[in-house]
Amino acid sequence: MTQAEIAVDRVTHRYGDRTVLEEVTVRLTEHRVGVIGANGSGKSTFARLLNGLVLPSAGTVTVDGLDTRRDGKAVRRKVGFIFTDPDAQIVMPTVAEDIAFGMRRLKLPEEQVRQRVAELIARFGLSGLEDHPAHLLSGGQKQLLALAAVLAPEPDILVCDEPTTLLDLRNTRRFSALLETLEQRVVLVTHHLELLENFDRVLVFDEGRLIEDTKPAVAVATYRKLMT
Amino acid sequence: MIGLYHPADSPLHRAPVGLKLAVLLGAMVVLFGVGGPVVVTVALVVTVVAYAVAKIPWRLGLAQLRPVLWVIGVAAGFHLFTSGPQHAAVVAGQLLVAVALAALLTLTTRVSAMLRVFETAARPFRPLGVDPARVALLLALTIRCVPLLINILGTVREARQARGVGRNPLALVTPAVVRALRTADELGEALAARGVDD
Ligand SMILES: Nc1ncnc2c1ncn2[C@@H]1O[C@H](COP(=O)(O)OP(=O)(O)OP(=O)(O)O)[C@@H](O)[C@H]1O
Ligand SMILES: [Mg+2]
Repeated sequence: MTQAEIAVDRVTHRYGDRTVLEEVTVRLTEHRVGVIGANGSGKSTFARLLNGLVLPSAGTVTVDGLDTRRDGKAVRRKVGFIFTDPDAQIVMPTVAEDIAFGMRRLKLPEEQVRQRVAELIARFGLSGLEDHPAHLLSGGQKQLLALAAVLAPEPDILVCDEPTTLLDLRNTRRFSALLETLEQRVVLVTHHLELLENFDRVLVFDEGRLIEDTKPAVAVATYRKLMT
Repeated sequence: MIGLYHPADSPLHRAPVGLKLAVLLGAMVVLFGVGGPVVVTVALVVTVVAYAVAKIPWRLGLAQLRPVLWVIGVAAGFHLFTSGPQHAAVVAGQLLVAVALAALLTLTTRVSAMLRVFETAARPFRPLGVDPARVALLLALTIRCVPLLINILGTVREARQARGVGRNPLALVTPAVVRALRTADELGEALAARGVDD
């Protein structure tokens, strides 16, 4: 049996001759993992490594035993990804259609798709908006839709890259409250430090290096010191 | 105008999409192929009746036409000077009916149903290397991208006005293209993340 673990092993990543992640090694098994750090410190690159959107220049990333380089497709099925800009991740024209998208690609039976869409729409407070054009939703609703759509094919892990950066306070709280209810493992990159309060573990990046890996309170203190 | 499905219980909503598309196509052929004042008048009446049957509120119906009114105005104006008032009226009527009927199709049909029809229609071409699911996805993305682009143009125009940059079209095009490319990039990434592999 393969264990439930994200294993980043001596990963270095370069864009051109610029090194943006250097010798990062970390094993993640916790239910809730936060990632913080300054702009440009490599958080997004780290997040993208976890579902194979970015392949490491050196080193390996495996998710529950699957290598992102070799088993990219299986990894992406296992790891859902939420981006910052909800507009850019909604790919279908209407709410119900976008939620159904991932399941249709997996060729799930139509009856099951319909039922799951209805379930998620109710759970994410989008009732009545089934056939609503996605582009007419508010920013907060769009991000909830993105979350519903990514959860629909039932990934085991959810990686979120600053999902609340473009949301107001109320929607940020709503989003994080929903995140809390998920049974999935979550890796959350964020500048909203208060969202990490109850997390199991928080990683701090600085200039491409993993400089701290500890409990939220300590990590946040390190980060604050870094920012002065 | 795109994707504005108006839910209601009517025979037009229940009719199969394929049939609706076929009727729309037939109507266009008659409207533009045969033409003439009689056909156009009948078509106008039929269109109004169809909207009533579909239980579309008249405000919503008129809203469908607003974006194209100026095009129709220009076309009619052109014909008014080149071939007289009757022909101009016929042309205006033809365009009006064509747009109204196309809009009626989107008002009474879910995008998902429409996509499924295109997916089915593309199936016979599979031996030629056409992937029906991909055709449907392409269409969906096209529909999806129109509001995205309009949104980008709007934002860039506002930013330009706020900074007091004059009417130089380059000042609109350059940032709009940059943003559109970035959005395309992000959309591509999101598609990959959601399991669309090339
Ligand atoms: N596709 C790319 N091509 C070239 N350089 C890139 C690319 N993506 C990121 N970079 C560079 O890599 C470095 C790390 O970027 P990354 O996006 O991982 O940082 P981040 O911690 O997520 O920052 P932010 O808080 O601003 O989102 C930055 O200097 C960035 O300019
Ligand atoms: Mg980032």
